[in-house]
Amino acid sequence: MTVVAMAERSTGLAPASGTAREGEAAGGRAEVKPITPAVVVPSGPGFAERAGDALRALAAALLPPIIGLALLVGLWHLGTANGGGIPTPAKTWEAAVALFSDPFYREGPNDQGIGWNVLASLERVGIGFGIAALVGIPAGFMLGRFAVLSKMMNPIISLLRPVSPLAWLPIGLLVFQRADPAATWTIFICSIWPMILNTAQGVTRIPQDYLNVARVLNLSEWKIFTKILFPAVLPYMLTGIRLSIGTAWLVIVAAEMLTGGVGIGFWVWDEWNNLKVEHIIIAIFVIGVVGLLLEQALMLVARRFNYESR
Amino acid sequence: MKKTVQIQDVGQSFDTKKGRFVALRDIQLDIHEGESIALIGHSGCGKSTLLNLIAGLTTPSTGVMLCDGREIAGPGPERAVVFQNHSLLPWLTCYDNVYLAVERVFGRKEGRASLKQRTHDALALVGLSHAETKFPHEISGGMKQRVGIARALSMQPRVLLMDEPFGALDALTRARLQDELMKILSDTGATMVMVTHDVDEAVLLSDRVVMLTNGPAATIGEILEVKLERPRDRLALAHDPDFAEYRAAIMEFLYQKQLKHAA
Repeated sequence: MTVVAMAERSTGLAPASGTAREGEAAGGRAEVKPITPAVVVPSGPGFAERAGDALRALAAALLPPIIGLALLVGLWHLGTANGGGIPTPAKTWEAAVALFSDPFYREGPNDQGIGWNVLASLERVGIGFGIAALVGIPAGFMLGRFAVLSKMMNPIISLLRPVSPLAWLPIGLLVFQRADPAATWTIFICSIWPMILNTAQGVTRIPQDYLNVARVLNLSEWKIFTKILFPAVLPYMLTGIRLSIGTAWLVIVAAEMLTGGVGIGFWVWDEWNNLKVEHIIIAIFVIGVVGLLLEQALMLVARRFNYESR
Repeated sequence: MKKTVQIQDVGQSFDTKKGRFVALRDIQLDIHEGESIALIGHSGCGKSTLLNLIAGLTTPSTGVMLCDGREIAGPGPERAVVFQNHSLLPWLTCYDNVYLAVERVFGRKEGRASLKQRTHDALALVGLSHAETKFPHEISGGMKQRVGIARALSMQPRVLLMDEPFGALDALTRARLQDELMKILSDTGATMVMVTHDVDEAVLLSDRVVMLTNGPAATIGEILEVKLERPRDRLALAHDPDFAEYRAAIMEFLYQKQLKHAA
């Protein structure tokens, strides 16, 4: 989850933002064109042309992803139309409509709507991730500020970081004696490394200029923290948070399959036992959409605090 | 004349892997109140090292440095620094960048209204009242450097230290900022030490040009007194024989004495 992982993430996302920008650029060009008539007549040919151009720009932005999705659904249909264990898109759609018409029903602890399951998973991720942030970000600041600490902790972190968080699940079960906190515990373990490492890296990469400013102005430690350290490290911290959330959302599904209870991971396993494969496919989409939303929300926050053009 | 900064027998050396590296030796210099001094020399001669010593960002290996008769033990607001790359904090507006300095220096003695007034005044001094709410990435390089100067001046320092402040700017912007700086210095009577590698800038702005020999173990080679009338006008000076002579003297030092010495 260090630089390599960050690079993978950003390259993975680059095409998406690239197309968005191209779309905007196309839209911009489309608006520039009809300036030629000096007076803009609302219902003249200029207006029609402009509306046409805008539509074309919209189509250029939306069409490729729609075609991609259609291809996926088409292939899925072709592969499943002749029977077999996997349901067709149409059947899955019907099941999804039925499922989402009542996402928040409750009939006993093991039979709840998909909405409750997703919320339960999000809650576990939120708690585990929140505690990891409370521990990991201050720890990252300490490691970045004091080289001795960093040298002390680095071998331990390097050793533990590659371990699948699920390997920690039995330890959680042993310590907490209950399934639910054990699942939260695995989330904590998998979330904490990216936050420690990225925060620490941010602290060590603060430009010397800013620290010189602090020294020349003779700022108090509190001012140095609030006005220089924290804002300078914030983008790195947000990268850590984004990586953590991504991993946490990956891990929670597996953890819940093992621990049971309420949650989207458990739900997938339960539907497998009921042999409702269309529900599993729906769950895959739901997990994907929630993960995407989490990632995009954090990207938005990160963009807000990006001071690239220094 | 009152001595603002005194540098006595100052030397600076660093411990490197290859052993001891002597950057500066035997520096003797008194900087008088209200005086403008240019430090000039080839790159790597230690002129920035000398400025950092005055700023207190580094401490000398040998010798004594005094500011107003007191030893320079570390950085302080009475020796404000304008950095080469402006070093504004990108997450603060121009106003907040200056306010940070004002608050630090005057926050204990003065009320909020007075601090705000000082910040507004400092930005007005460099002609940036209209850009107070802008962030550093929204303004040009010349404007950023002016905010840096405003931040330094807002602290009402005893001496203004500038490390190649206009080095990264284009020639036209540089000329305009030099003129503005001259006006500000004459209005405020501030003492200034400027590191530069621009011969014209050195002659135009300073009362004395301190020329450093080539490193390692650089020291002061010559000191040239620039006795041009103030206020100075760059257009008039372009044809001034004295200006040309001062210029020639520095060029001679840099490109004859020092290059031979280096080779």
